[in-house]
Amino acid sequence: MALLEVDDLSVSFSRRGQRTVRAVDGVSFSVDAGEVVGLVGESGCGKSVTSLAIMGLLPKQPGLRVGGKAVFDGTDLLQLDDRSRRDIRGRDVAMIFQDPLSSLNPVIPIGLQVTEVLTRHRGMRGDAAAKEAAQLLDRVGIPDPKRRLKEYPHQLSGGMRQRALIAMAVACQPRLLIADEPTTALDVTIQAQILELLKDLVRDSGTALVMITHDLGVVAGMCDTINVLYGGRVVETARRRPLFREPRHPYTVGLLGSVPRLDAGRGERLNPIPGSVRDLLPWAEGCAFAPRCTRRVDACVGQPPELVLTHDGRSYRCVNPAPLSDPTPAASPVDTASPVETASTVDTVTAGDAASAGGPVPAPREEEKS
Amino acid sequence: MTESDILVEVRDLKVHFPIKRGVLFDRTVGHVMAVDGVDLRIPRGKTYGLVGESGCGKSTLGRALLQLTPPTAGEVSFDGVELTKLAPGKLRTMRRRMQMIFQDPMSSLDPRQNVESILTEGLQTHGIGDSREARRKIISETLDKVGLPRWALSRYPHEFSGGQRQRIGIARALVLGPELIVADEPVSALDVSIQAQVVNLLDELQDSLGLTYLVIAHDLAVVRHISDTVGVMYLGALVEEAPGDRLYTEPLHPYTRALMSAVPVPDPDVEDRRERILLAGDLPSPANPPKGCRFHTRCPWAQPTRCADERPALREIGGSRVACHFAERIASGELRPHKVSVEIVRPGGEEPDVVSAPSEPGSFV
Amino acid sequence: MTIISGKKREKIDRLAELAAREEERGVSLWQDAFRRLRRNPAAIVGAVILTIFVLVAVFGPFFVPYGPTDTMGIREGVVKVGQGLIPGPSAEHWLGYDHQGRDVFSRMVVGARQTLLVGVVATLIGLALGALIGGVAGAAAGLGGRWGRWVDAALMRFIDMLLALPSLLLAVSIAALLGPSLTTVMIAVGMVSVPVFARLLRGSMIAQSNKDYVLAATSLGVRKSKIALAHVLPNSLAPVIVQATLTLATAIIEAAALSYLGLGNPDSSVPEWGVMLADAQPWLGIRPALAIYPAIAIIITALGFTLLGEAMREALDPKLRK
Repeated sequence: MALLEVDDLSVSFSRRGQRTVRAVDGVSFSVDAGEVVGLVGESGCGKSVTSLAIMGLLPKQPGLRVGGKAVFDGTDLLQLDDRSRRDIRGRDVAMIFQDPLSSLNPVIPIGLQVTEVLTRHRGMRGDAAAKEAAQLLDRVGIPDPKRRLKEYPHQLSGGMRQRALIAMAVACQPRLLIADEPTTALDVTIQAQILELLKDLVRDSGTALVMITHDLGVVAGMCDTINVLYGGRVVETARRRPLFREPRHPYTVGLLGSVPRLDAGRGERLNPIPGSVRDLLPWAEGCAFAPRCTRRVDACVGQPPELVLTHDGRSYRCVNPAPLSDPTPAASPVDTASPVETASTVDTVTAGDAASAGGPVPAPREEEKS
Repeated sequence: MTESDILVEVRDLKVHFPIKRGVLFDRTVGHVMAVDGVDLRIPRGKTYGLVGESGCGKSTLGRALLQLTPPTAGEVSFDGVELTKLAPGKLRTMRRRMQMIFQDPMSSLDPRQNVESILTEGLQTHGIGDSREARRKIISETLDKVGLPRWALSRYPHEFSGGQRQRIGIARALVLGPELIVADEPVSALDVSIQAQVVNLLDELQDSLGLTYLVIAHDLAVVRHISDTVGVMYLGALVEEAPGDRLYTEPLHPYTRALMSAVPVPDPDVEDRRERILLAGDLPSPANPPKGCRFHTRCPWAQPTRCADERPALREIGGSRVACHFAERIASGELRPHKVSVEIVRPGGEEPDVVSAPSEPGSFV
Repeated sequence: MTIISGKKREKIDRLAELAAREEERGVSLWQDAFRRLRRNPAAIVGAVILTIFVLVAVFGPFFVPYGPTDTMGIREGVVKVGQGLIPGPSAEHWLGYDHQGRDVFSRMVVGARQTLLVGVVATLIGLALGALIGGVAGAAAGLGGRWGRWVDAALMRFIDMLLALPSLLLAVSIAALLGPSLTTVMIAVGMVSVPVFARLLRGSMIAQSNKDYVLAATSLGVRKSKIALAHVLPNSLAPVIVQATLTLATAIIEAAALSYLGLGNPDSSVPEWGVMLADAQPWLGIRPALAIYPAIAIIITALGFTLLGEAMREALDPKLRK
């Protein structure tokens, strides 16, 4: 059985006089013990809200509605009262945030913040706790840990702060670690250090890791299973290699085509997705991605697309997925999704239809104001 | 390459920001060497990409090149005109020919100006278009070029999405018909799918208008995608400069290698195969850069001789320019990387904004 | 491969534009702020209070039942201060008589005008002087280079000196210089708020000067003076406007305090709430209501300004905009 099973999680905010915002709209995924699972998507896809909802860290405000289930080891985290949730948080499930400076208390030394976790969940006190804290800092690669314990967050660099935060997160050897964009605020060389550290920690301790990021490169190097989110819902789930080799959902295809690659040559045009993440169709009305999709068909509108399950645990939410690649390299999935290609390689459709459908978008019909 | 093909030439450019302390009388206690001796040339119609991590001085270099931050020393010649010695009035006239695109499309647009007013301001300043109609025509042509609809004119920046705002920023730069555009992190604030739209737009504009770009970014993949020549900066100086493809296939400087190996590639096969060169520790403070080669404190190839006491100059090695004493011997595999112990680096002193205005606590009320 | 009928496509586009284009013209920040202001109940309460106050102040004196200086109570022999007789509310005199036998209701209505005048003029003095000093200092510090920093430092030390003087002492000195009068009160109260406005505008302008759009304007070749006036200043005004609204509230209270101390208009025949409060002091034992009426009026008016000011702060805060 999975360690964490998120089923149909939804989070909506409603404020008086304003339309209800559905930040998360039926997200389902599962995490096995020791597995690294990625949640990938652009801003506003609901990936961070998902993690906050699972941790029970969403700010309590009127109009906040959380639905669905998040079962961790047999207990539904969403049904817990605050007290037992606090017990689980930090001990069994820990979280790492994007901005280490604002996640650390600026007026308390690092050491005290680490020992606090040890005292709270492992009942360690005094010298024993201080010793353990120093060991933890050493484990996450902070040099001269004994002295660092007495220092304040602002005395450490961004990378070192993130390491300190990771030390606090792994202090109780949690079974699940949720990392929300842990490296976005860091430079590439520091990012590489932190990712390597996370990989080591996961490998050594068997902790399961949920990696939330917008960076496809990061997931490609780390995750076993990847969930692609769009408009508050998982649109594609696959193991790492199949996802990158043969993405099925047009959004995944578009994302991969949008990223400039280090190993691509100069002058290769990127294949952007037209429009912006604001061009959302409400899921109840059809596929949220339909307004930007180059493969949209009649069936995309009217009712939400069903989740299609294929072999080896793959699934996608699309009625007209990108075809599996032919033996001929020319028809790689990335190419078929390009608007220009679609128009020029008309095969089965009449020219008029093709142009009106995915056709070339001269100036990408960009986002309207919302 | 003849002289006339070079649009911009930067010689030994330095920008040092004083660090001031003291309550009543400011005392200069040191300097942040944001840019410390950079030479580069940008050929007309080409793209020069400048890449480096935060605090390496790449943005300051871009601003100093445009004389938006006064350089401490060095020369910048633009199409044969020496900009550092130009009178303020002449410089303002020159600005028509060199424009800038900013990272944060929200803060770089005045929230109280609508798009039409944003685009008209430059035209009015330089007296382009004698009537309202003439200006309108120029503006609508520019809107078409950047792919914005006409109804955008009467709207305000906050009514647009990030990608569209960046298009407004690009339109503002383009409307004057410049030759050089300095783009400071033009896509790093945008979503992945929007990044690609803007990168393509910049490419198309270069093709159709023959623009010269200086693209500054921390993302090596973006820079490599868009640039003909890439310069890698570390702590205020160029450590390597090479044509984009060459930089990728044959990185010569140890820092370039480390940077390259740290950039994640969205391809599991590549990710699993590649060997990472993990750098130890953080970037040293530019207020107190290491003696000798600035990279030697983190360099896995650092040698006991020369590296710690002799600052390497940029040398030509087979089409690249590299600032490393041992580049050839590293490339040939003669020298092997070794382990580097981490030095703790203090934050602070890195931000040049501590010197921009004397900030006193509580001075806002 | 990708087939879609015209009708469906239309539906997609329409749904995608669900929220788009509420109106054809763009909405400026001021319009946007005003729209949010209208939705805030605190702003509405504040605005209602202030509208009533202003209406009373402007038109009230034309409709009062009795002259505010008419000592009819003494003339008619109803008010006998020596015997502790000051009659309270009645059908003819809604708020009763004061110690000189004048109609309190009429005096309250007529006094609103003076009070409003004191508040507005004092705030305007503070705003004008403060914004001038702060604006010059802010522009100089933000854009002016080394010379600018010098100008800024000089101006700010002057402001610090002003700030160091206790407001009461300042008022007493000004009163000593000009003699006690309503003008004295207005100048004194205005001067006290000068440093607040100056520091606020300066800080706000320095913050705005570091924004990229200033750099963008510089790179367009726009002159520094124009950048300061056309870009930096308008974007720095929001906190100053909010502060002005809040200052109106404190100015009314401070003016009342100064009047109470006898620095206000010595001629108590012209009613003003602060003066009325001062005049009521000796009679607190006999008829405390004489002090309570103007006090409540001052509190409610100040509350109105404060509510509106806070609501404006919220409406103009760019962080709170969605």
